[in-house]
Amino acid sequence: MIGRRAARVLGLLVLALAGTSGAFVAAAAAGPDARTFPIVYLREAYPGPGIMPSLLESRPEDEGLAGAEDGTAEINTTGKFLGVHFKLYVVTLPAGADVAAQARKVFAPGPAVIVADLRADDLLKLADAPAAKNALILDIRTIEDSLRQRDCRANVFHILPSQAMRTDALAQFLVEKRWSRWFLLQGPTPQDAVYAADVRRSAARYGARVVAARSYDYNPGSRRSDTGYQQIQTQMPLATQVGTGYDVLFVADETDLFGDYLPYNTFDARPVVGTQGLVATAWTPAFQSYSALQMQNRFQLFAHRRMTERDYGGWLAVNIVGDAVMRGRQTSPAGIRSYLRSDGFLVAGFKGEGLTFRTWDQQLRQPVLIAQPLMVVSMSPQPGFLHPNNTSDTLGFDQPETQCRLAQ
Amino acid sequence: MPPRAMTGRCAALLAFAVVLCSFAASSRASELFVSNEVDDTVTVLDGDSYRVIATIPTDQRPRGIIETPDHKAVLVCDGDSNNIDVIDTKTLKVVRRIDTGPDPETLATSLSGDELYVSNENNALVTVIKYATGKWITQVPVGIEPEGLAVSKDGRTVVVVSEETSMAHFIDTKTWQVVANVLVDTRPRVAVYTPDQRYLWVSSEVGGTVSVIDPRSHQVVHVINFQIPGVDKQYIGPIGIQFTADGRTAFVALGRANRVAVVDPGSYEVEKYILVGQRPWQLTFSPDRSKLYVANGLTNDVTIIDVSSEKAVKSVPVGRLPWGIAVVP
Repeated sequence: MIGRRAARVLGLLVLALAGTSGAFVAAAAAGPDARTFPIVYLREAYPGPGIMPSLLESRPEDEGLAGAEDGTAEINTTGKFLGVHFKLYVVTLPAGADVAAQARKVFAPGPAVIVADLRADDLLKLADAPAAKNALILDIRTIEDSLRQRDCRANVFHILPSQAMRTDALAQFLVEKRWSRWFLLQGPTPQDAVYAADVRRSAARYGARVVAARSYDYNPGSRRSDTGYQQIQTQMPLATQVGTGYDVLFVADETDLFGDYLPYNTFDARPVVGTQGLVATAWTPAFQSYSALQMQNRFQLFAHRRMTERDYGGWLAVNIVGDAVMRGRQTSPAGIRSYLRSDGFLVAGFKGEGLTFRTWDQQLRQPVLIAQPLMVVSMSPQPGFLHPNNTSDTLGFDQPETQCRLAQ
Repeated sequence: MPPRAMTGRCAALLAFAVVLCSFAASSRASELFVSNEVDDTVTVLDGDSYRVIATIPTDQRPRGIIETPDHKAVLVCDGDSNNIDVIDTKTLKVVRRIDTGPDPETLATSLSGDELYVSNENNALVTVIKYATGKWITQVPVGIEPEGLAVSKDGRTVVVVSEETSMAHFIDTKTWQVVANVLVDTRPRVAVYTPDQRYLWVSSEVGGTVSVIDPRSHQVVHVINFQIPGVDKQYIGPIGIQFTADGRTAFVALGRANRVAVVDPGSYEVEKYILVGQRPWQLTFSPDRSKLYVANGLTNDVTIIDVSSEKAVKSVPVGRLPWGIAVVP
């Protein structure tokens, strides 16, 4: 069903983009002087995450997309005054789609600007499709370090903070608190291993120590049973009983298998930080500083739900395109790409400073929120962590450390 | 309560200078009205001693604050209560509330004071209100998150800047139509005409610049940049702008850079940076323009700058998250 609809949408898109080469097309509907700039929102109908540990958590079906749609409406307000119109074409690939093959269709009319709501492996397939060579792909979903390191691509820009930026953001906060002895509890997935390596890297960077480490292969069998909490109350203390004294438990559980069970269930009375508990994130619905309150209000009115991190990514990606077209006066994906890499570019993202891209890996340079479920606790970089160029570059892979070699 | 200008220092001097002191007590000093965004209050400071005279409870989230042209009232926008509090400058009490529509952030008055112009931050409008009756005259659609307002000296133009849309919108006060939209740097906050009306200065908080616009051609003719040794560029967030009466000096509050820039409007050169409290946003002159008052949002105080020496003289505590200042002679 989704597949058929997606195929139809794709067909329409090809028609809509035909002959545009990704540049402006005349749009009769928007008036004789208006120029229409197409943006493609590309996502795949991935199977849901299954049962989340908490009933309070959900994954809205339009996560990411609602942010991009709201962002499009907002840049069109500016565009209205300047005679520019942006149109968001939403393409939903069926689950398990051959992204490389679909990419040929998406890029058939010519290079395009893509907001990619794709997982890491699919994003790479899209970026590596020959037709995508001159496209501009704004990645609003992945956080994987690998895509900012060896698997970086010249046509991909990353909006959300990488895993390494997140552990660095937490590490600075913990070091500032003098909570520098960490117990690292690592889940079973390869991404957990990457995150755990980042935790060790952050510890070494900022003078903290991993004093205990353990792998934990949690079997989520009892999630929805009546006695689930009793099972958890037995399992979590067992998993967290270590002989070494520590200040915080740093959990690496990127797929939300067990991390949310840890607070108040640890053997020792210690706070939980990492992928659950106190987390590092680009956005939380609780954030209200730097005009974020106005954004939360606008998004609630628009989508009738709270704004998630991926929604923020979608909103920001579209605003980046709007800025490049209207302020940077760019008309092609290639032009936008050079503009995003230039000194002239910055985008406002409710962090109290202009956000820019790191030229060495095309990761958005940004302060990162430190948040518990209901409140923002802090924002990193923390005061006192200095950098010769930009303090936000204390988070994640700085230029001298990068393994990314972008083909220009 | 003794007369307001009869301060402690004045009382101590009483024995030595009875005549002088009673003269001071009979003529009330100027007063500063500071809106405290998270306290839901306005702090009133004595313009000589800078002591707190009163703390006036307001409705929720008071931000934009101005005095009426006749100085009889101070008006403050209560963003979360969708109204304006009218504070009587004699009794120092809220005497009236005016409905503004959603989320008023700042306001300005027409030259006569008959009309109020209010920026409705949450719904991209400027609401025009008859001050005497509180009736809405019209609403003008503008860009997203409208904030700072400027009124031309001839009263024909109201300018509003929209933060999210990054524009200065020029509104004709005869037709209430937007006649021009000027794209400026990211997240503009404040617009101010130069005293000779030849230019309009617009501060961009995230862009870190001040755009100088020719209000006749609606073109940006110059962009002022700020560079402070030892301060990262991304912390420089220009907001409040004030000109001396002769137009020869401009003061620009720089937000997280914790400084006020002194700019020569002739050459657009920045002559000096004055260190103030943390996150200065709005600034206002004393009635004789010898002092400049700066509201520091994060240190909860007001810094007083001596205009002739361009030095910060002292800082005085007010409420939490002070946003703006109105001064009544």
